[in-house]
Amino acid sequence: MKKFSLLFVCFLLFSLPAVTAFGAGEIDEGVSGKIFETTRIPVLIGILLLGGAIVYFIEKAKKGQHIFIRKIAGLNAIDDALGRATEMGKPVLFVPGIMGIENLETLASVSILGHIAKKTAAFETDLKVPVRDALVFSTAQEVIKESYLASGRPDAFNDNMVEFVTSEQFGYVAGVNGYMVREKPAANFLLGCFYAESLLLAETGNSIGAIQVAGTANPSQIPFFITACDYTLIGEELYAAGAYLSDDAKAKGSLKGQDMGKAIVMGLIGFFTVLVIFFQLASMGKSYEEFQKGKEAKPSETESAITKVHNFFRNSLNF
Amino acid sequence: MKRQIPLLITFLSAITMIVFYFLNEDLTKDYKSGIFDWVRIIGSFALLIGIVNLLRVHFYKIRRGGKEAVYSYVLVLSFFIITVSGLIGYGKRGAEGIVGASFLTFDWMFINVLRPLQGTMFSLLAFYVASAAFRSFRAKTKEATFLLVSAFIVMLGRVPVGTMIWDRIPVISNWIMTYPTAGAQTAIMIGAALGAVSVSLKIIIGIERTYLGGDE
Repeated sequence: MKKFSLLFVCFLLFSLPAVTAFGAGEIDEGVSGKIFETTRIPVLIGILLLGGAIVYFIEKAKKGQHIFIRKIAGLNAIDDALGRATEMGKPVLFVPGIMGIENLETLASVSILGHIAKKTAAFETDLKVPVRDALVFSTAQEVIKESYLASGRPDAFNDNMVEFVTSEQFGYVAGVNGYMVREKPAANFLLGCFYAESLLLAETGNSIGAIQVAGTANPSQIPFFITACDYTLIGEELYAAGAYLSDDAKAKGSLKGQDMGKAIVMGLIGFFTVLVIFFQLASMGKSYEEFQKGKEAKPSETESAITKVHNFFRNSLNF
Repeated sequence: MKRQIPLLITFLSAITMIVFYFLNEDLTKDYKSGIFDWVRIIGSFALLIGIVNLLRVHFYKIRRGGKEAVYSYVLVLSFFIITVSGLIGYGKRGAEGIVGASFLTFDWMFINVLRPLQGTMFSLLAFYVASAAFRSFRAKTKEATFLLVSAFIVMLGRVPVGTMIWDRIPVISNWIMTYPTAGAQTAIMIGAALGAVSVSLKIIIGIERTYLGGDE
């Protein structure tokens, strides 16, 4: 891991001057434009800042220093939900979203599945994972198998825990809802990438009285989950879940690094907001003075500088 | 070795894609499309695994019997009918518009069975939205009352009757959607984007490895 971290950080450190230095170079044959996309330098700076914060806190955690991690109610509720299902003798349903394994929300979801599978193995509770994507099917099956092995219960694992339903969106919803209504699981976990099916799944889960923990990074689906579920992981909480639930110091350190990265971005947003307001007010004052003098108000130097900075960021971030 | 080789492949693939991101699109488009072709091919093989699992689960349910076995009969039967009709009819729709009988069966099932079923599931959403809205818009607390009032204004602003009541309602509705709502959504999106970058970095440097089947 250390080798990978060092390689990655070295790559990022060397790529910034490389992009800057060679960005203006022209390509000779057949291809128009520059070799490097210099407009994407802010992205590289962002990755460097976030990557640096993560690596720093991982190193700190590895040295055994105490790292405070914020509480996430939705993740603390996972154990309660599993406990409830065990007491009631009913199964646990885990839905990893509808997207493929290349989707980061699905990967974050699979990470939580590993934790839940360890608990269901220990509690001897049935676990059902219906999936829509064939690659997610293979991954989920492997994750659960390893989790049952890690919990010392490989005998409790069976291949039918993960079930490929269909690759059709609403066919999948019909299959999962049918399972909910027939088997009445006591705990539903809806974690991953969801679209129009989010409310259909969450409302059906609500109607059968299951305790529901949901999470997605899709802002348009979050209100539906908040309405119909007991706990909702909002946006980045889903991505933080794997590290939050892990006992690994490196994972905890990476979570702290993620939080610090967020704090840096918040600070930068605040700083630039104040800066823009300040320059806007200054340019407004200058324009007003020019207006008073009876001249035609022209954009001041500060205003054109702001416009340049604004356009640079807008083009870089593809707004 | 069981973990090291996949981790190395992940690391190299990710670095390649990051390098491609900072290079001119014209230089990398062929490589990118090649990589995505690979992903599609691997996905097709995985689909076969999924289908085998699907049939195995439902054959097991049929063997076990019980009142729910009827659903498994329907699934297995539909699966074979639509697969066979699709395979036999494939390529029969030539330039002259000749359509094979089995392709007709495939099309008929797609248009008259699958599509209405999908439409039915989607239309259920309207009823689910109504029940969810009823539950969340009950003015039990200060926040819920605030939500109720905002939602009421936004909904009125989206229909002609809102303008008939007061022509400023659509303006207020747009203001709610453009500023407070968009602000909150942007905050969630920025947080989620940072979380996504963080997870990606953890996967690239090998801290997050649950997707390989375990931590060790």
